[in-house]
Amino acid sequence: MYANRRFGRVVTVSASQRVATDDQLARLLQIGIVLEEVVEARAHHHYRSLDTELDAEVETLLEDAAAESADHRERLEALIENLGGDSVPFDEIETLVDARYGRTKPEDFDGVLYDQLCNEETAYKFYDDLIEAIERSEATFSLDRESLVSTLETIRAEEAEGVREVTEVMERR
Amino acid sequence: MNTADQYLKTIYVIQQDTDGPASTGAIADALDVSPASANEMIGKLESRGLAEHEKYKGVQLTDDGIVRAREALQTYCIIERFLANVLAVEEFREEARDLEAVIDGTVAERLDTIIDRQPECPDCFDPETDACACLELASPPE
Repeated sequence: MYANRRFGRVVTVSASQRVATDDQLARLLQIGIVLEEVVEARAHHHYRSLDTELDAEVETLLEDAAAESADHRERLEALIENLGGDSVPFDEIETLVDARYGRTKPEDFDGVLYDQLCNEETAYKFYDDLIEAIERSEATFSLDRESLVSTLETIRAEEAEGVREVTEVMERR
Repeated sequence: MNTADQYLKTIYVIQQDTDGPASTGAIADALDVSPASANEMIGKLESRGLAEHEKYKGVQLTDDGIVRAREALQTYCIIERFLANVLAVEEFREEARDLEAVIDGTVAERLDTIIDRQPECPDCFDPETDACACLELASPPE
């Protein structure tokens, strides 16, 4: 039982890839909000960094991505509100993005597109896992499960569309 | 993070601490699962070339297994650090354990762009406290 004492705090297979409580769901929705805020703030940064040789296609792509993230964020905030949870203020995340952007920014134009592709793919994966974890759970949440899943499915579909759009732009270049 | 990654992470931490193979019992205890479940997953890890199991000795990760385990540990550190420093969650260890199964490595990588992780991560992971030793907390643990 040495290991149990020693590693008792490293117990890890607890969630079994399912969402069990309102609090867990609210936390995951908060993480979704932060992901959207990161996308929005990075897209703004990329957009500003393109000021010399403006590329209309990429500019539109980034503008749309930022607007879509803001919209997703609002929809997630509405869900969280029904769970009695708090959102995460955009300006706080924007400050964190600003602070680290120098270290994590893409190096060139292709890098901007690739970063945007990562944003869309990551968001898709997040919502996909979240929907699966909700569907695996038999828990009753304080908000209507059907409308929760339907909102998340809509957002996931938009992320899939985003992946397709960025890929198309990358292929054309 | 899927279940296989959670096993790899646990085996890696035990291996590091004991400087030798991890016994099935120790793995099962650490993960709070039955020895039969642990054995089943260890078999799967073996068939994927991620671990080697020697009877009466225990399990050792292969080089590929170690790479995957370190990635999983890094993902876990990112989640803890994100919860503690960005969302100011006091019970960040407990929440990280609850959430890690639902947070994929790619998602953690994005969260990593807004946290200040040390380059030595995940070697700074301390199994005693179940957290990164370099983690500066907004509010100190009780």
